[in-house]
Amino acid sequence: MTVSATSTSPRRNKRPRRRAKGVGQHAPSWPVIALFVLPAFLLYTVFMVWPLAQSFYFSLFEFKGLARGAFAGLRNFHELFTRYPLNKELPRAFLHNVYFFIGTMLVQNTLGLLFAKLLYTSRFGKRFLQTVYILPYLISALVVGYLWSLILNPLFGPINQFLRMVGLRAWALPWLGDPATALPAIILVNAWQWVGFPMLLFSAGLTNIPDDLREAARIDGATGWQLFRRIEMPLLLPVIGIVTVLTFIGNFNAFGLIWAMGGPNGEPGGATDVLGLVFYRTAFRGGVDAFGVASALAVLMFVFIFGVSMIMLRYFRHMEEELT
Amino acid sequence: MNLSSTSSLRARAKISDLLVHVLLWGYAAVVLLPLLLVVNNALRPTRDIFRHPLALATSPSFASFVKAWEKANFNTYFFNSLFITVSAVVLATAVSALASYVLGRYKFPFSNALLAFFLAGLMLPFRLAIVPLFLLLDHLGLIDSRIGLILVYAATGIPFSVFILSAFFRQLPGELSEAARIDGANEWTIFGRIMLPLVRPALATVVVFQFVPLWNDFFFPLVLLRSTSKWTLPVGMTRFFGEFQADWSTLFAGLIITTLPLIVIFLLATKQIIAGLTAGIGK
Repeated sequence: MTVSATSTSPRRNKRPRRRAKGVGQHAPSWPVIALFVLPAFLLYTVFMVWPLAQSFYFSLFEFKGLARGAFAGLRNFHELFTRYPLNKELPRAFLHNVYFFIGTMLVQNTLGLLFAKLLYTSRFGKRFLQTVYILPYLISALVVGYLWSLILNPLFGPINQFLRMVGLRAWALPWLGDPATALPAIILVNAWQWVGFPMLLFSAGLTNIPDDLREAARIDGATGWQLFRRIEMPLLLPVIGIVTVLTFIGNFNAFGLIWAMGGPNGEPGGATDVLGLVFYRTAFRGGVDAFGVASALAVLMFVFIFGVSMIMLRYFRHMEEELT
Repeated sequence: MNLSSTSSLRARAKISDLLVHVLLWGYAAVVLLPLLLVVNNALRPTRDIFRHPLALATSPSFASFVKAWEKANFNTYFFNSLFITVSAVVLATAVSALASYVLGRYKFPFSNALLAFFLAGLMLPFRLAIVPLFLLLDHLGLIDSRIGLILVYAATGIPFSVFILSAFFRQLPGELSEAARIDGANEWTIFGRIMLPLVRPALATVVVFQFVPLWNDFFFPLVLLRSTSKWTLPVGMTRFFGEFQADWSTLFAGLIITTLPLIVIFLLATKQIIAGLTAGIGK
C-alpha cells in the first residue's frame, strides 16, 4: 500500500497502559529530555503535522501556480461542486469509494473471518496457510494491479483463455474494459491482496477468548454455529470494529491499485474513478489555481475520513458496552 | 445415544472436516497460482505466452530479467528505491528510539500529551497534506530530490515506531537502569548500552514494518520526483508498463524484480510482520 498510516491506525486502544516498577523515578534534566525527544518531534512536526494543518489554512486562499494569493473565503469549496468536470467526477468518485468499502466488507472481511475461524479449529498446515494468505499483502498495490490486469487481459489473459478452453466462451468477458465489471473486479483483486490482514486480526481475537467459555457452552449443548454466533462473535466485536475502521480508511485512500488497473482517470470512462485519483488530478493536473481547490478537497476528505472513523469507533465501543 | 447415530455423526464430522480443508487449500491455490504464473511467464519468451498462455516454461531463460534490468532502467530504479527506503527507515527508527526511551520510561510535564501527539499520526490520512508539503519542499529546494523524499518518509514512520517502541521500553524492569545509575552511568550510556539492546525484537518489528510500505509507495515519488534518474521502482513501473506493453515476458520479470526484496524480508521475518500487523490485538 501507500505510506500506510492508513493500515496502521487505531490499534493503540488495546495496549495495556501499565508502567513497570521503577519507571518515573529520576526523570533526567530538561536539556537531556529535549535532546532525546527533539529530533523525532521536529521531523514529525515539520514534515507531517504542520503540512496537514496548513491544508486547512490554504484551502481559504487563492493560488496562482505555487504562489499563494488573496484570501478567498469559501470560494475554493464552492468550485469543487460547481466547476465542470469536477462537479461530475467528485460525487461519482465518492460513490465508487462507498461501493468499494461495502464490497470489501462483504467479500474480504467476511472471508477473513471465515478463514480465521476455520484455521482456529484445524491443526493441519495452519502456520503454512496463514503465511500464504498474508503473502500478497507484501506486494505493492501497483504491482498487484498490473499483475491482475495482465491476468484479466481479454485476449491473452490466462483467465479468459481458461474459460474458452473449458467451453465457457460467453464468460470470457473484457473484465476491466466493461464499466459493469471493472469496479467489482478491482474489489476482488483488492480482497485477494488484503484478506490475510483481517484473518490475522480475527485469529488473534479468537485466541484471546478463554477456552473455558467454549467448554461451558459445549457442556450446555451448544452447536458449533451457536458457539460462534452467541459466544465468539460478541467477544470479537472490538476486533470487528478495528477491522471495519481500518478497511474504511484504507478504501477511502485507494490509489495505486486503481491507477494500475484503470489508469489516472479511472477507466473505462471513469467507472473506477475514486477520490484519491480525483484529488491527485485536481492538485497536479488541474488549472493554474489548482492548489487552492485541491486543499479544499483535502480538507473535506480529511474531515469525512477522520470524522466517520471516530463515529465508527464510538459506535463499536457503545455496542461492546451494551453487551457486557 | 446409540451406536449407529454416533458413527453417522462421526462420518458427518469427517465430511465437514474434508470440506474445510478443500476450502482452505483451495484458497491457498488462488493466492499462489497468480504468483507462480508470474514466475513461469517471466522465464519464457512473450511469443510463447501469447500462443500457449497456460503452458509451462520448458526451457527457462533469464533473458527477460536482463532486459528489464538493463534496457528498462530497473537497475537505476532498484538502487534508488533501496537507498531511499533504507535511509528513511534508519532515520525514523533512530529518532523514534530516542524519543520512545524517555516517553516510555519517565514521567515529566506534558510527557503524556507528547506521546498522544506522536500517536495521533497513526490516524492521519497523510497524503492529503501533499499540497503544503510540496510547497514546503519547493521552498527548501527539495523537490526532485531523494533527500526530500527520505525526510518525508522518515516522518511518516515515526508514529508507528513510537507506538511500538515506547510500549516496549515501558515494560523493561527498572532495576537494571537503577543499578547502572548507581555505578555512575549517565542517561546516554543507560539508553545505548542497556536499554536499546533489550528492545531488539521491537526494533526488528519496527524496521520491517516501515520498510514494506515505503518500498511499495507510489504516491510521493510520483509527485515529488521529476527526473527518471531519481525514480523509485513503483514510479518507474508506470512508465515501464507503457513502453513495454507488448513485451509481457519483460513485464513479468519487472514485477518480480520489484517484489524480490520483500519476498526475502518475508522469508526472514515472517514473525515480525505478523507481530506488526496484529500490534495491539494481543498474543
